[in-house]
Order: sequence, then C-alpha cells, then structure tokens
Amino acid sequence: MFRRAAKPPFCGTFVMKEIAVLKPEESATTGADLLVKALIDEEVEVVFGYPGGAVLPIYDSLFKQNRLRHILVRHEQAAVHAAEGYARSTGKVGVVLVTSGPGATNAVTGLTDALMDSIPIVCLTGQVPTHLIGNDAFQEADTTGITRPCTKHNYLVKSVSDLARSVHEAFYVARSGRPGPVVIDLPKDVLMNKHEYVAPPKVAVTHKSYRPQTQPDPRKIEQAIEMIANAKRPVFYAGGGIINSGPKASKLLTQLVHLTGYPVTNTLMGLGAFPASDRQFLGMLGMHGTYEANLAMHGCDVMINIGARFDDRITGNLTKFSPGSKKIHVDIDPSSINKNVHVDLAIVGDAGIVLEELLKAWKAKQPKVDQKALKAWWAEIDGWRGRNCLAYKPSKQVIKPQYALERLYHHIKDKDHYITTEVGQHQMWAAQFLKFEQPNRWMTSGGLGTMGYGFPAALGVQIAHPEALVIDVAGEASILMNIQELSTAAQYRLPVKIFVLNNHYMGMVRQWQELLHGGRYSESYSESLPDFVKVADAFGARGLRCDDPAKLDDTIKEMIELKHPVIVDVIVDEKENCFPMIPSGAAHNEMLLGPDDKQSAKVSEEGMVLV
Amino acid sequence: MSKDSAIVAHTISVLVANEPGILARVVGLFSGRGYNIESLTVAETNAKESQSRITIVTKGTPMIIEQIKAQLDRLVPVYRVRDLTVEGPHIERELALVKVKGVGEKRVEALRLADVFRAKVIDAKSDSFVFEVTGNTDKVQTFIGLMESLGLVDVVRTGIVAMSRGGEAL
Repeated sequence: MFRRAAKPPFCGTFVMKEIAVLKPEESATTGADLLVKALIDEEVEVVFGYPGGAVLPIYDSLFKQNRLRHILVRHEQAAVHAAEGYARSTGKVGVVLVTSGPGATNAVTGLTDALMDSIPIVCLTGQVPTHLIGNDAFQEADTTGITRPCTKHNYLVKSVSDLARSVHEAFYVARSGRPGPVVIDLPKDVLMNKHEYVAPPKVAVTHKSYRPQTQPDPRKIEQAIEMIANAKRPVFYAGGGIINSGPKASKLLTQLVHLTGYPVTNTLMGLGAFPASDRQFLGMLGMHGTYEANLAMHGCDVMINIGARFDDRITGNLTKFSPGSKKIHVDIDPSSINKNVHVDLAIVGDAGIVLEELLKAWKAKQPKVDQKALKAWWAEIDGWRGRNCLAYKPSKQVIKPQYALERLYHHIKDKDHYITTEVGQHQMWAAQFLKFEQPNRWMTSGGLGTMGYGFPAALGVQIAHPEALVIDVAGEASILMNIQELSTAAQYRLPVKIFVLNNHYMGMVRQWQELLHGGRYSESYSESLPDFVKVADAFGARGLRCDDPAKLDDTIKEMIELKHPVIVDVIVDEKENCFPMIPSGAAHNEMLLGPDDKQSAKVSEEGMVLV
Repeated sequence: MSKDSAIVAHTISVLVANEPGILARVVGLFSGRGYNIESLTVAETNAKESQSRITIVTKGTPMIIEQIKAQLDRLVPVYRVRDLTVEGPHIERELALVKVKGVGEKRVEALRLADVFRAKVIDAKSDSFVFEVTGNTDKVQTFIGLMESLGLVDVVRTGIVAMSRGGEAL
C-alpha cells in the first residue's frame, strides 16, 4: 500500500544552489514544464503512463495543459505495449511515462519487446533526486543500468540544462536508423529546477557519433540487379524493415515484385508489406509458415531478403537453410548482416530507399528475365501450393480455431480493421488465416514473444484510430496476463474486441509437450479460468460466449456491432495443433504438414534443446 | 570450413564519447552476447572533444569478430571501430609492474634479467624490487615467467594498447 505513495517535494540545498546559479529569466521554466514543451515540439499527441512520486512534477505539468493526452494504464508493462501498438499502427514514436523503481522495472518487458521488434518508443522514467541516487532510496532502481541491454539507448539527465536536448536526441535516436526504445531517466530535482527551453533543431541533426546509413552503395545496387535478373528460381523474403520504412516501402516492394514476376514471402513482422491476396504472395514463411513459402526458400537459387534478419523461427536448422542459393540481404542495421546466415551480397540502407534504387535501376536496365525458368519455378511452387498446407478437418460439433479465424476474417475484411495478437497458437493461426493487404495493420510480438502484448497494444491502436475496428486475437492464457487493462478500455471507452480462442491450454506449450515430451502436459492446462463473460461485465465491458460452430457467425456479428469493449470467449477444440510446422532442429523441407505427419516428427537431440 | 571456424585473436580500437555508462555499454555487450574479452584498456584521449579510446583484444571466428565490430559500431556513443589486426600493420604495447622478493644470487639474477628486458627498477628494498616492464604481450609474459623462479610475489598489467603504424589517425 505504500507503493507509489507521494514523497514530500524535494527541497534540499542542492536545488537552492542550482536555482541561484542559473538566475532564471522570465522564459525559464521548470524541468517538468520544459519536458512537456519538448514533447509537444516533437509532435507527441498521446502519452501512455502511470503516475508515482518521482514523476509528480510531470503529472502536474500535464494537468496544466491540454495539448498532450495522457492515457492512464493499469500496469506499466501495458503502457509500453500500448505505445508499441500506437507506434506500429501510425509510424510515429510511442511515448511512455512511468515513475521510478517499480514503474521502471515493470516497463522492462515492454522495452525489450520494442527492442526485439524495432519499435520506436521514448520511455520517460522518474528517478529519485540526484543527491539520493545510489543511496537505496525509496523507489530507487538503477534504471539506466537495468535498461541498458533492453533499449537502443538511454539517458540519465543529471542537469535541467541537458533535459530538452536529451529529449530531442532521444526522439531522433528512437525513430532513425533501425528504430527502437529509448529511455530517459529523470531525477525529481531535475524536473523541479528551472532552465530556459531549447527548441529542437530545425534542420536535420547530425549526431556526433550516431549516424545510421540509409543510402545504399550504388555499386551494390548494380550487383543486386544483376543477381536478381539472372535468377532462375528467385524468391523475395521481406520483413518488418519494410513496415518500419513506411507505407511507401510496401508500395515499392509490390511494384518490384510485380515488375519481376517473382514470388514473395513475408515474415511474421512483415505481414502486410505485400498484399496477401496477390497471386505472387506465398504466405508467411518460417516455423509455422506455409509449405510453399518454406520450400521456395529451401529450393531457390537467389534469395532477396529485404528488411528481415534470418531469425531462428525463419531459418530452422542453419546448416540446412536454403543450401543452393545466392543471398542478397538489405538491412539498415549492419549487425544483422552475416549474423546467422552468411550472405553473398549485403546492402546496408533503409528498405524503402534501397527498393526505390532497385526499381530505378531495374527500369533503366530493363533486364531480360529467363521466363522459361521462371515459369517452371512457378509450376513447382503451384505444385506445393496444391498441397493446401493450411487445410484442417472441419467439425460441426466443436469450433476449430482455424474456422473461427476464417469466419472472423470473413466478417471484418471489408471493414477498416487492425489486428493485434497475444503469443502462442492463436498468434500463428491469426498469421496464417487473416489476410493483410496493407502495412501497419498487424501488431504482434514477434521477437520477444510476449504473452500479454496484444490487448494493451490494441488499446494503443484504438487510441490512434478511434473509428477503426481493432481486434486482439487472444488465447485464454495470454489474455490473463494483462486483463487489468479492461479498466483502461472502460475508462476511455475504447471499443477494442478481444477474440479469445479458448482451448483451455497454453496451446503452444501443450503442442510442444505432445510432440516433444511424450504428451506429459506439465502445468499447461488452464486451470481455474475465470468466467470471461462475467469478467467483462465486472469491468463494464461486454462479454459473449460461443461454443457452437453454427452460432459463431452471429456471435462475431454481434461483437462487431457492439460499441463497447468486448470479450468473446470462443470455446475451441482443445486438441488442435498448429500446422504446418518445422520441428526444432529441422530444415525447411522437413516440414510436418499435419497431425498424420507425426512419424517424421522424431526430433533430434540437438533440436530438443532449441526453443 | 576450417578457415571459417578457426578462432583468432583480434585487437580492436574503439573511439567513444566519454560519457557515463559507456564502459558498461561496451562490457555489457560482450557479456550479454557471449563474446570474450582477453584484454581491455580505456582512458580519455581527447579531453576537448570528450573522447575516450578503448582497446579490446577479443577472440572468435571471423563471423563472430565481424559481429563484434558491427555490434560495437551500433552503440549510439561509438564514433569509430577499427580492427587493427586486419587493417594493416600495428603496434601493441602493455606495461606490467612485477614485484620480486629475494636475496643473494636470486636478487642479482633478477636485476640482470631486468636489464636484458630493459625493465626499470621503480622501487627497491633490501629484499625486494618492483620492475616496470613494457613491450608486447610476449615480452611481458616471458619476463614474468623468468621471474617466477626468482621470487615473484605480485604482478599487475595494464592490458594492451595498440595503434596502427604510419601517419594515419584512427
């Protein structure tokens, strides 16, 4: 009960001295006011946060203005996820404000999530006054120390004279290059001291040491065109870098793919970078990607990776990964290149700018593609497509999770919609069965795999797009990780829909236990679940339940029509597994297509240690 | 294949902004990603620009070494990363203080060897010496090895500092 209790305002001698030295002029203002001003100058509209003793001066400044909107979450982790949803659906920087100590440590999961998925976030954390730092003061934590490995960069602002500059720099670092989270730790005395405001620089800043490379080397563009044009069995492999580059990059990718006539696959983070309904789209690749996407990756002779990072969910067994291909890798982060997979041509640059250069060079050169070879390649791909790898056994008795998502998509596809997910089977089914035609419509925790991400992220999306239909596809276990945010949804009347695929298990854990641990379902059963309809009711939301395939359409329609936050508890088949699947330690061409494919599911000892 | 998996030592020079936490960032990167640090030295080298120079000796396969350099370069306060081992000839030096305790013939022998290694006596008592020896790692190592049988009691080493040969700055 003492957590976040307000501390008496700090008025030590240090502060007095600082003020005396500064001789504040009329324009001088407190650090907290100055911070708010800096945020407004950075075109921030919304801050997701939770107050506490160390940030009281900032909350006081927020109280006295109406340019910045503050969204009060119910847990700091949710503040970061909400800011991530906001950032990923708008392309802007998401802003978080939390207090010192527990406020900052609670934000760590969100920050790590944003780092792994390259989401631009500026997180303002309160800190105990400078003279108490290191004294184990109340609600003190070494925030810059704790967040150093889970942020792109962080700052401890020790003097109010550094405050505005640090804020502007933080926004620049967060949004430029490979985006990521930046923490600014703000001791309380710094927030209360006075100083003049320093506006952000009008021209593009050149940071003294941080200079991300966005323009590609023109010689490498030439080489890439040569390799792409001479390919017999090419595949484009596009990831989240396209989304981060902005909607224009998706348009350019689509143009380049159409111009070449080559197949394209997207990573989990890249879904929406290329329209899913396009014939040239092979679906998602990777562990639960489509058969055709993975076999195309395995059998290609030229792989064109744009804005993806050869993550282990994508590559499977590295030694057997796409053995016969020349690989081109476009990435804004040089450390992503040759990290997991050795590539033949590395192009460092912004995905959108590189695509623009590639298109320009392609149009200028008008290279002749080997149409005969391409036709044969497409025939092979169509053969793999013919396996219909996402097929499942329909049922009239029980709702199949895949069916639930198919029906969901049917009802939302013509509406302006955004999808977020939690983490697990439902996430993979959502990636497989929902189709993304545009970028910035799909928010999921890809790198860190954070259960509890989807609902707060959906709140952030809904704040940014008040009129849109925002749906969190969830599992019954994941949703409980941030269920308290129903209170936030109620407070701000955010009509987010939580579509729970309730199979009474931590489904992905259960699936791995079935496939790898002899069906010993250790602790993966969702025991003592709450009644989600009543939970919704208790928070002032609406609750619906459906366990009958015949009634599912009506339930989904009702959910969409309700103008409230809604939890839909969809009771689905408990035993359904997510296929296709590349077992751990296996290669792309060793996919399991369905439950009958189990005989080849013998996982190697090496595979067992992988996650 | 064996060429790609051979583990080699590289000496890397890193020019950084001299700001709080920079060393923690560099060291944390190495521990967090499981890289080795054989030796690390750091000090401010340009007070006006507030820049420090870190010299790191690390070991790994060529792919790992490339990763280490890319990861270092990615840190916001890092100006430049140079791999001295691959970028032409360079000089490496380290300094050691070596304390030897003994009397009689051993004491004389220690002093004689110190002379051979151009080690300086920087402290002397009737039964002990502290030698200051500089040179590349091999030389320092050899000198310390020789002192072992002559009453070595304590050693402290600075770790390697390194610089490219010729007129080019980092």
